[in-house]
Amino acid sequence: MGISEVLWQYLVKWLTNSALFPREASTIAPYMDALYFFLIGVTVVGLVLVLLLIGGFSFRYRKAVHPVAEQIEGSTLLEAIWTIIPLGIFLVTFVWGALLYFRIYTPPVNSMNIYIVGKQWMWKAEHPGGQHEINELHVPIGQPIQLTMISQDVFHSYSLPEFRVKREVIPGRYTTVWFQATTPGTYHLFCTQYCGTDHSKMVGEITAMLPEDYKKWTELSTSGMSLAQNGERIFASMGCNACHTGNASNRAPSLAGLYGSKVQMANGSIQLADAAYIRDVILNPSQHVPAGYAPIMPTYKGQISEDGLIALVEYLKQLNTNYRIQQTQTTSVSDQAAPTTPGMVKP
Amino acid sequence: MSATSTTILNLPDQTTAAIPKKNYISSEHGLLSWLLTGDHKRIAMLYLISITFFFFIGGAFAGLIRLELLTPQPDLVASDTYNKFFTMHGIIMVFLFLVPSVPATLGNFLIPIMLGARDLAFPKINLLSWYLYLAGGTLTLAALVLGGVDTGWTFTTPLSTHYLNTHVVTTASAIFVAGFSSIFTGLNFIVTIHRMRCPGMTWFRMPLFVWSHYAASILMVLGTPVLAISLTLVGLERLVGIGVFDPTKGGDPLLFQHLFWFYSHPAVYIMILPGMGVISEVVSTFSRKRVFGYTAVAFSSVAIALFGFFVWEHHMFIMGVSNYSALVFSLLSMLVAVPSAIKIFNWSFTLQKGSITFETPMLYAFGFMGLFTIGGLTGIFLAALGMDIQLTETYFIVAHFHFVMVGGMLMAFLSGVHFWWPKMTGRMYPESLSKLAAVVTFIGFILTFMPQFIVGYLGMPRRYHAYPPEYQVLNVLSTAGATVLGVGYMLPILYLAWSLKYGAIAGNNPWQATGLEWQIQSPPLTENFTEIPVMDHEAYDYEWLEHKTQNEVTTVG
Repeated sequence: MGISEVLWQYLVKWLTNSALFPREASTIAPYMDALYFFLIGVTVVGLVLVLLLIGGFSFRYRKAVHPVAEQIEGSTLLEAIWTIIPLGIFLVTFVWGALLYFRIYTPPVNSMNIYIVGKQWMWKAEHPGGQHEINELHVPIGQPIQLTMISQDVFHSYSLPEFRVKREVIPGRYTTVWFQATTPGTYHLFCTQYCGTDHSKMVGEITAMLPEDYKKWTELSTSGMSLAQNGERIFASMGCNACHTGNASNRAPSLAGLYGSKVQMANGSIQLADAAYIRDVILNPSQHVPAGYAPIMPTYKGQISEDGLIALVEYLKQLNTNYRIQQTQTTSVSDQAAPTTPGMVKP
Repeated sequence: MSATSTTILNLPDQTTAAIPKKNYISSEHGLLSWLLTGDHKRIAMLYLISITFFFFIGGAFAGLIRLELLTPQPDLVASDTYNKFFTMHGIIMVFLFLVPSVPATLGNFLIPIMLGARDLAFPKINLLSWYLYLAGGTLTLAALVLGGVDTGWTFTTPLSTHYLNTHVVTTASAIFVAGFSSIFTGLNFIVTIHRMRCPGMTWFRMPLFVWSHYAASILMVLGTPVLAISLTLVGLERLVGIGVFDPTKGGDPLLFQHLFWFYSHPAVYIMILPGMGVISEVVSTFSRKRVFGYTAVAFSSVAIALFGFFVWEHHMFIMGVSNYSALVFSLLSMLVAVPSAIKIFNWSFTLQKGSITFETPMLYAFGFMGLFTIGGLTGIFLAALGMDIQLTETYFIVAHFHFVMVGGMLMAFLSGVHFWWPKMTGRMYPESLSKLAAVVTFIGFILTFMPQFIVGYLGMPRRYHAYPPEYQVLNVLSTAGATVLGVGYMLPILYLAWSLKYGAIAGNNPWQATGLEWQIQSPPLTENFTEIPVMDHEAYDYEWLEHKTQNEVTTVG
């Protein structure tokens, strides 16, 4: 063989390491692939049909064997056929695609929430337990994971091709996506929305682990303070607790049990207090004045980062009672929040 | 000519034939006579030269992109440079090549003649639109020379407004100006088609080429101003910070996407519809048959134009739009695919019982039909909501729109250029060399873009300077294909230039086609017709042509 052994080995390695089809690593992947193969089938059938028509007619009616053309006006029947059949196939595809879309973008209620903050050019993941990760994401298999994502600057897009999910990460609003990993392993994480110079370096790895490994991982990578505890600290340091004390007589509404409730606004509308609502109230309070309160809350725009807002959201999610807020009020005027973690080093 | 011949080519006796002394090229001399001309044919030639120039610049950037992607590492150029490459490739190819390609060259040249008119309705505006195109092109080149721009051709905010320090405003103005060129062309076509048809030229006697240009013109006139508005807003946001798209000022970054795609989705129909017009003419001529279901093909163009305005959100399915609005836009996107399917089948059945020959324009037309079928059907993947989640923003989408735009539109453009070359220049291109070019282009195209579908489903994002090593084999195939494709595009420019001097004399009607443009001399007179014709037959009436030819023969004989 003329080819050198080294080159040959390199070539073999190169060819065998190349991918042709992405692994299926989430519960949604088989559904996505089923639609994909259906559509490939449709494409192949359509293409073969067109090629057969062109090829067949070209051969049968080429000038050499068919010197004189017969004029045909058209055929309503034929035209109806090739209008209705494609239309039918397209409508089936539409329904199938829509079902898949709603499945991917409707998280189950029992999913575990992880926050993602995108910024030029890195992905920051924040676990509820306070673990932070950059350009990585560790998740347990067998459990639905919801990602609540926001960008700090430009549009990004969180793409997990082996999980068959992707969602735009947008400045100024939360977007969500969910998945359930099925196979332990390490998979690609890409930013797929062009976001400037190092767009192609805004990549990372998602690691799907057995639940017990994930538990071990969370214990090893804890930052000492959960996301909600961090939120409580911000709540105190920004002075939120000065007004939102939970006292009925106070000028600001109580925040205990707010999350997930429906809020009657001063302008008569009713708004659902979800993460987006809480974030927006902090940044644009004048847009969300609850009924019975004066529009006196100042804006915190520019004072709290997206990470901080996430921590506040997470804190308010778990706030069922105003007991600790009032405790902080009476026992201290300083920022000694989060009393349950004594000896903790403040970040 | 024997009945078993495999060509319809009917050239005059080369020993005695000559280019008519008086024609639109020879009527006046000197550069100024071209630069100040009002003649639609001369303006079409000016356009042809300038868009070819920009096509090769855009193509050079494509070549550089593919060269960089030969290896997974970012090793040829810096990331910023790479980003400027694909931005320039996109902007030049979309705004300076694809949008004006067929309408401003072939459409400009042919629409008045096909309608039996002496010129477009507004010859001076026609010239103005070429100058605007040139101004837009010059501004684009200025942005390039001054250091380039790296927004991507989509100008996504807030990246383009707040985060980049390149020549965004210059480029946006370039597109703004070039946009007006396209608005004026569209306006000119609409008025001409309404007002300047010759006696007897009813709407349903017009060639389908004219119908498809009519549909595209409506899109140009209604859509392009929205592009101008959105780019103006980007400029204002950058310069004075008006805050329309800036979330920190209460603006909505998604609004830009809505505005931009409101133009840029119809824009793909602006690009493809005129190409479809070319295919109708070519398929009919080389199968000696009227187009199967003329009315269906005509109305499908209009249907595409109408539906085309209501599908823009399918570019934004993953961007946090309401799930229910996504449903509506997905459904409408499915519907807009139907007229395209109708056209493909109508063209296929035009071949049935025809008398088919396989000259170069027909080969390109077959290429169009095959590649456009793939391009169109992969569009269904992307219109299907769930599927779009996996495919959007990856190489799958790159492959899809290159199949439609390059496999479809560019094939149609080349088909049209070869088809009407004898009419425009009076000379034939070399047949076997051009057939070779058509085949090379087809093979190169498939090799370039087929692997991109696969690598797209694997998840490789578009606009990536570097990629995981396991995607390399597919990328190498793609780059190899691009090399072949490059050869396929170089060949025509060489032999077409050669043919200007050495090509065979074409005569009036080398293809024995029925269109009015083939009944006049090649190249035509400045005023097209010595007397305004009276249209007394349908388009694609080969029996009329046969009788006419017989009559001519008897009168001469």
